[in-house]
Amino acid sequence: MTRVDVRKGLWITLFVLPGLAVVGVFILLPLFVSLFNSLFNWQQLIRGGFVGLDNFRKILLADPYRTRFFNALGNNLKWFIVTMLVQNSIGLLFGYLLSRKVAAGGFYKRIFFIPVLFSIVAVGFLWGLYLKPNGLVNAFLKLVGLPGWTHAWLGEEKIATFSVIVVNIWRWVGFPSLVFLAAIDSLPGECFEAAYLDGAREWTTFWKIVIPLIVPAITVITVLTIIGSLNVFEQVYTMTGLDGPPNYSTDTIGTLFYRTAFGSVDSGNPQIGIGSAIGVVIYLLTFVASIGSIVATRSREVEL
Amino acid sequence: MNRRKVFLASLLVFAVAGFAFAQKATIQYWTWRPEDVDKYNQLLSDFQKQNPDITVVQTAQKNTEYNTILSAALSGGSGPDVFQSRAYGGLETFAQSGYMEPLEQWVPELKGFASAPLRGATSIKDGKIYGVPFASQTLFVYYNKKMYAKLGLKPPATWAQFLANLDAMKKAGIQPLANGGKDGWTLEVMMGALCPNFYGANDYFNAVVKGQTNFQDARFVNAIGRLKDLIPYLPNLYMGVSYTDMQTAFINEQAGHFIGGSFEAGYFASQNPDLQFDVFPGPAAKAGDPQYVSTYADGNFSMNAASKNKAAAAKLLRWFASKATGDFFIKSLKQVSVVPGVDTSADPFITKVLSFQKYETPYVFLVGFRYQQPTGSTLAQAALQGMLAGTLSPADVAKQIQDGIATYYAPFKK
Repeated sequence: MTRVDVRKGLWITLFVLPGLAVVGVFILLPLFVSLFNSLFNWQQLIRGGFVGLDNFRKILLADPYRTRFFNALGNNLKWFIVTMLVQNSIGLLFGYLLSRKVAAGGFYKRIFFIPVLFSIVAVGFLWGLYLKPNGLVNAFLKLVGLPGWTHAWLGEEKIATFSVIVVNIWRWVGFPSLVFLAAIDSLPGECFEAAYLDGAREWTTFWKIVIPLIVPAITVITVLTIIGSLNVFEQVYTMTGLDGPPNYSTDTIGTLFYRTAFGSVDSGNPQIGIGSAIGVVIYLLTFVASIGSIVATRSREVEL
Repeated sequence: MNRRKVFLASLLVFAVAGFAFAQKATIQYWTWRPEDVDKYNQLLSDFQKQNPDITVVQTAQKNTEYNTILSAALSGGSGPDVFQSRAYGGLETFAQSGYMEPLEQWVPELKGFASAPLRGATSIKDGKIYGVPFASQTLFVYYNKKMYAKLGLKPPATWAQFLANLDAMKKAGIQPLANGGKDGWTLEVMMGALCPNFYGANDYFNAVVKGQTNFQDARFVNAIGRLKDLIPYLPNLYMGVSYTDMQTAFINEQAGHFIGGSFEAGYFASQNPDLQFDVFPGPAAKAGDPQYVSTYADGNFSMNAASKNKAAAAKLLRWFASKATGDFFIKSLKQVSVVPGVDTSADPFITKVLSFQKYETPYVFLVGFRYQQPTGSTLAQAALQGMLAGTLSPADVAKQIQDGIATYYAPFKK
């Protein structure tokens, strides 16, 4: 190696080091500490004996942990499905319409994106107020003559999770819209011209040309949706509560993890071992699902 | 006197003086009530006036971080000599880790304390007392006195009278109950305030703790089923009504009753000085029966087992077990002190709460079933939400609570 190469290598190391240190201390270290903690039996705040994978066995096989875990995971699945179907479809629609240069498109683009910039806690708190029995949403429904449609949006088991998801979609839909808009705008104009000359209609153009060419953007949004759906926490914490009320209907593995590891002040004691194990499972699920979806969508990518 | 004797005598004087100087002890005291530090300083300065050889240094930690900081300090050997400790399951963590000194020998005043508060300071494993209890909480029903006067109602003694009062309010166009179901713990409070009179208070509690019966006992199933009687009187869309909504409705006189605990009174009074409220204990199942209230210990003062100043720490704990501290709790903190024989006449509300405690029963899940996960509270809060929403029957609720606790509770495994 020449002296220049060594110097270059040192410089690169110097620039990479701060980032590496941050990732190491705040991401990798906690990950390994929680993996370590998950292998022990904890007497509340004191680490007890080594129990191997027993905490994982409890989560997956033993009641009551199993019931809570799979109930929460089922809700994460609801988050994923509804977000994919509703949020990302709307995002795709908005992105496509904006790319078609609709009137006042620039204005809409900004309006859609504004909620993305809001603090998630503020959004959760405010929508929590709007969705109260006497809140804005029910007041509006009564005003427009639909008093039968009023609900305890965050208090009814059947709809509470969907209420929280819809609020999150309201907050986040601007993000996929913008990503899809950017992807569609970057497509070469010749493709559209050729399609137009061949007599393809709007619908055909969309399905046969736009969709195959923006698969990389769809991959990104899908992976982000998977990660987001598995890491839901703040939305539930601020709108319904740490126990996933009512009757665990809004519980997610994020809230389950938090209250298992740290204890819900109103009802329980901390179980750090099992909580850490849930944390590790969340990590593994996110990792595997993300890799899986990248592999699955990459095969559909079309090279220009 | 020769020189040698003078030398020896002066040595002795120095030694005694030195010993006396060493006796001047500093006690570190920790609390989770940063908001009460100034008030506690007054109490501690009174203590130091009576014990000039002891200096107490108070440190307050944030409530939600207290357990973590305290356990780190105690396990690292840098913990305080005396500290506030949680009751029941919260005490057990520290007592069984060997961080707490058993207090029977150090604080003879504990003998005079009632058994209910002592329970929160006693380890369930070895039966030793690890804390001086400081306050109790009681669950009951608040009502709006103006509304009662306007409608000519009287505080109910029986369940039937209670329902009749609620009905009268509803007919008069007043929201009868402020309570809702969005926050599960408020349902556990509702259960604690109203159900003991149906499940047979202490008889049932003692039996279920020993495993002689369980939560699927018909008495318990019937008791929680009574809560469904209240559904017609709960606010519109009550499953969406949160704890703060409940407080707001009662404080702003939009609802006639609030089922809650003694801890609410101070907040109610401070938020709306014009609000005229009073309280009654949970109504009896039938006329003439005593009206039981659920009570629980709020917390304790404990001693670090590794303290180097145990004698001085014990003096401070004896002060915390004295009437001076009892008076301080009632007058300065407006809390129901559990120090025996304290004069409460200056505060009619506390006097009334104490009169309810003539028929007290332990707040079932906090007192008996908060030691392991899933706690009775966790199970009951979720299941009661299901029951009030109509998705679970009282028998389902009982089964969920029983199955959850039976996963670890030895008396249920027999």
